[in-house]
Amino acid sequence: MGFDQYHEPPEELSQETRTMARMFASMTEEAEAINWYEQRLAIEQDPDARKIIEDARHEEYKHFAMDFEFLLRKRPEWRAIAQGVIFRSGDITENADAAEEGAEVGGDEGGSSDGSLGIGDLRSAS
Amino acid sequence: MSHLLRAHAPITEAGWQDIDDEARARVTPGLAARRTVDFRGPHGWEKSAVSLGRVGDRDSENGVEIATRLVQPMAELRAPFSVDVAELRAFDRGAEDVDYDDLDRAARSIVIAENTTVFHGNAAAGITGITEATPHDPLSHDGRPETLPSLVASAVDDLMRAGVQGPFALVLSADAWILVSGASEHGFPLRPHIAQIIEGPIVWAPGVSGAVLLSMRGGDFLLDVGQDLAVGYLTHDIEQVDLYLEESLTFRVVSPEAAVAIDVALSSA
Repeated sequence: MGFDQYHEPPEELSQETRTMARMFASMTEEAEAINWYEQRLAIEQDPDARKIIEDARHEEYKHFAMDFEFLLRKRPEWRAIAQGVIFRSGDITENADAAEEGAEVGGDEGGSSDGSLGIGDLRSAS
Repeated sequence: MSHLLRAHAPITEAGWQDIDDEARARVTPGLAARRTVDFRGPHGWEKSAVSLGRVGDRDSENGVEIATRLVQPMAELRAPFSVDVAELRAFDRGAEDVDYDDLDRAARSIVIAENTTVFHGNAAAGITGITEATPHDPLSHDGRPETLPSLVASAVDDLMRAGVQGPFALVLSADAWILVSGASEHGFPLRPHIAQIIEGPIVWAPGVSGAVLLSMRGGDFLLDVGQDLAVGYLTHDIEQVDLYLEESLTFRVVSPEAAVAIDVALSSA
């Protein structure tokens, strides 16, 4: 088992940073799996095999979304930017630029998407 | 704009950032419940209640049974404070010694309110706390620091006999935390010995009475937060801005047997 998710000495990282590193690694793996299933579906002709691969891809969609949501909850500024980009119609780049600017100035609600201090769960900080 | 009405305050964006940073720095160290129980949310300000999964007494009308779902309402905790307009303008000019004393007082108040609500209950909010719910008799400490590790071990034994697994957290009042952190046992510091026994964190908890040992295996104690701690705007005049620290929450003890209280004597024998 490797520890490639760390770019700095793990012993110097906080528990929260190590947890986030694991979740970043998980999210990357889920995205890779979705990519693999996309490519297999592009060429697979057997109907039963296609159903199985589609079912597997469906699971990876869920896993990726859970990983992403976990990380967004940990970083309110990231969440604020994501809320300006994800599930929105219109030009993606323009939405992203507007969301980034809004997060930088804190909007009218400060630095967090819900106006909170972004403290949340502190168990990993103990 | 949200219910916090921050855009109505005569506070610059940088000023809001500074107030939020100050508030965050003041409340975070003391939020003991969030370090030890299951934190769920934030669900948002609109969240009004959590489902208990149960129904009340069934009634019958014209051959149809009626039952009402039982819920536990969210409680709103609010600690008002004020900041002098002159201090805000001084910050805008680059002052680094802005007077946030009243914010610091409010931060301490809301930390104590959250901790006492979770660990000792809050009748006004309809919340039963951990020490109110536990079926275990509280353990009494005799005031000698060197006996505390064996007492904590007894508390761990009580929980394990009740089928409760660790890791465990030891939540300490501010005075008890000083006792544990500053004392030694045969020349060795108490703190690492206790940490070894509980296999979990030793947590500083303003507002908590004595000490509480509780399991951190998960699923025993549920803290649901709607609006997470935030600074909102109330009103202002030419001299001061009235703000508040606020959150909405409720708390439930699912496994009362997963915690035991310890009465910590503070005068050394």
